[in-house]
Amino acid sequence: MSSAALTLGRIRSRVPRRQVPVLATLALLLVMYGIGVSQYRAFSNVQVIFNVFIDNGFLLVVAVGMTFVILTGGIDLSVGAVVAMTAMVSASLLQQGLPALLVLVIALLIGPFLGFLMGCAIHFFEIQPFIVTLAGMFFARGMCTFISGSSIPITDGFWTTMSQQRIGDPRGNFVSISVLIAFAVVAIAAWTLAYTRLGRNVYAIGGNPQSALLMGLPVGRTRIAVYTISGLCSAIGGILLSFYTLSGAPLIAVGMELDVIAAVVIGGTVLTGGSGYVFGTMLGVLVLGVIQTLITFDGSLNSWWTKIVIGGLLFAFILLQRLVGIRFK
Amino acid sequence: MTDTGSRWRAVTGHRLFWPVAVLVVMLAANTIYRPGFLSVEVNDGHLYGTPIDILRLSAPLILVALGMTVVISTGGIDLSVGSVCAISGALACSYISQQPDQNSLAVVFTALALGFGIALVLGAWNGVLVAVIGIQPIIATLILMVAGRGLAQLITEGQIITINSEPYRAIGLGHVLTLPLAVFIALAAALLVAAFTRRTALGMIIESVGGNSVASRLAGIRSGRVVFLAYVLSAACAAVAGFMITANVSSADGNAAGLWIELDAILAVVIGGTALAGGRFYLSGTILGALIIQTLTTSVYAMNISPQTSLLFKAVVVIAVCLIQAPAFRARLTRRRRGTPTNPTSPPSQARQKEEVPA
Repeated sequence: MSSAALTLGRIRSRVPRRQVPVLATLALLLVMYGIGVSQYRAFSNVQVIFNVFIDNGFLLVVAVGMTFVILTGGIDLSVGAVVAMTAMVSASLLQQGLPALLVLVIALLIGPFLGFLMGCAIHFFEIQPFIVTLAGMFFARGMCTFISGSSIPITDGFWTTMSQQRIGDPRGNFVSISVLIAFAVVAIAAWTLAYTRLGRNVYAIGGNPQSALLMGLPVGRTRIAVYTISGLCSAIGGILLSFYTLSGAPLIAVGMELDVIAAVVIGGTVLTGGSGYVFGTMLGVLVLGVIQTLITFDGSLNSWWTKIVIGGLLFAFILLQRLVGIRFK
Repeated sequence: MTDTGSRWRAVTGHRLFWPVAVLVVMLAANTIYRPGFLSVEVNDGHLYGTPIDILRLSAPLILVALGMTVVISTGGIDLSVGSVCAISGALACSYISQQPDQNSLAVVFTALALGFGIALVLGAWNGVLVAVIGIQPIIATLILMVAGRGLAQLITEGQIITINSEPYRAIGLGHVLTLPLAVFIALAAALLVAAFTRRTALGMIIESVGGNSVASRLAGIRSGRVVFLAYVLSAACAAVAGFMITANVSSADGNAAGLWIELDAILAVVIGGTALAGGRFYLSGTILGALIIQTLTTSVYAMNISPQTSLLFKAVVVIAVCLIQAPAFRARLTRRRRGTPTNPTSPPSQARQKEEVPA
């Protein structure tokens, strides 16, 4: 890793500094994919990549929301619990026979509303995002078990269609609808961050909230907006997860917030805020997905190696951020 | 403004007022719901009863929260304590399980030394990342939080290691002088930390580093060393808590041991009145906070509500405590900001506060 960082350091006169972490992630991804292809013949199948997207579509959507929050210098610990709560709410409402469209709307409103409340608490009461979203996490996770102690299956026609629909050649290479939704979310988020006023405000607040305020930017509105966006992304992620598993379970997506934060950091977003890209986050999610695929392909490694490798990568990328010096003012 | 300001100052003057009030209200509510709640009986020379249970079960949390208080007061945070609990417990248990005589004191002490030693190493790792390399604490410790679970499972090889060792079991369930041994361990740790921080200059040094690490370095304090020590202390406390957690059930589970204890510990610290931004810290407040959390958990159990749903209550308590403490913090900030032309947040925030409180 250090040699890669050094070579990157040498060429940084040509590459803008803030893009170095993203490029490093891209290089890592390519190296990992290369290792996979050279070690296992089946790895070169395009479907392997599609499966990474299919299995991690919901993670990608949630990570996009988290990118917004982290870009402002905040953090949202509630995402995993909100994902679970959304899946749980839709499963239980569908079980009671509500029409699918109505359930979809309700489920998609809960997450943003909770995010909005958390954003208000963070902005108006000046409580640390960490604690507020921790409370949000407890609340959402508690609501899950409050709704039901055991998992609820989904048999609704719309849900099963969304789950089983194959786009592409059903016998060859295909993706699920969730993947397309995830891509749409990524595209919209990338456009928002790059080309809208809200996006510029997010970067400005992450860079320095004081000067953003002095410049007359709507700090409060933006801060509340990013937590609402994160809630919305978690809600979409929850819906995608319920498409994927066709059920709602109270203990699903436990610890997901860590994977999401790890993906965002590996994707090159700086945790103090102000620097990072949605594209990088997508690469981060892919890195996590490819690690899991590699470990599955290997077969002899146990699942806990995933955690150790992710921890190691986190360390390497944070160190890289330090070496590149982005965190220096 | 001066009137409300002085009133708030009077409230914040008694930082322990709110935690004590919450604890008393919770105990009272429990006693009303179940009159036998506070009764303690002597059985077999040991004290038994719900209050004793609360004390015993809160011992690991008190330990972890003590270390966390010191870390938070240096302006940091330690998310890895749960993983350190799991690793230390797993290492001690796996060592004991491999020995022919699990009841031998020498074996147990070696196991404890091993677990404690690895915790010191992990704490030093965190400390180096934060103090030497200068990584943001929340992220530096996140690394170990994620990887640590994997390490713990690596030690236990994904299994739940059960042991059959009386001396080790005593750490969690033993009794001394009619009270559970765990309570004494937690008490001893608290007194030790309190003695080192309040009877020497160390506490003030820690607070000054948390208040402004650059200024304290310029004033001649080796802030890096203080921060480093805080993380080592936190990991050491977590190790002892890990021993207790695994001894309670005589088994080590790399996945479940100490799960979410870091969140509970941070909560305890915040309830106790230590600000997450660093600076002043209150060990007694932290202990009260830990007791409040354990009382809450126990009362939820006692009311036959599913343990997972207790998270709902915890959320309510977190929000309530934060809101109680926040206005003082906010009032101070708005006062400091007064006179600057950019003060668009304060008038709507006061209006909003009233409508947001029930949420």
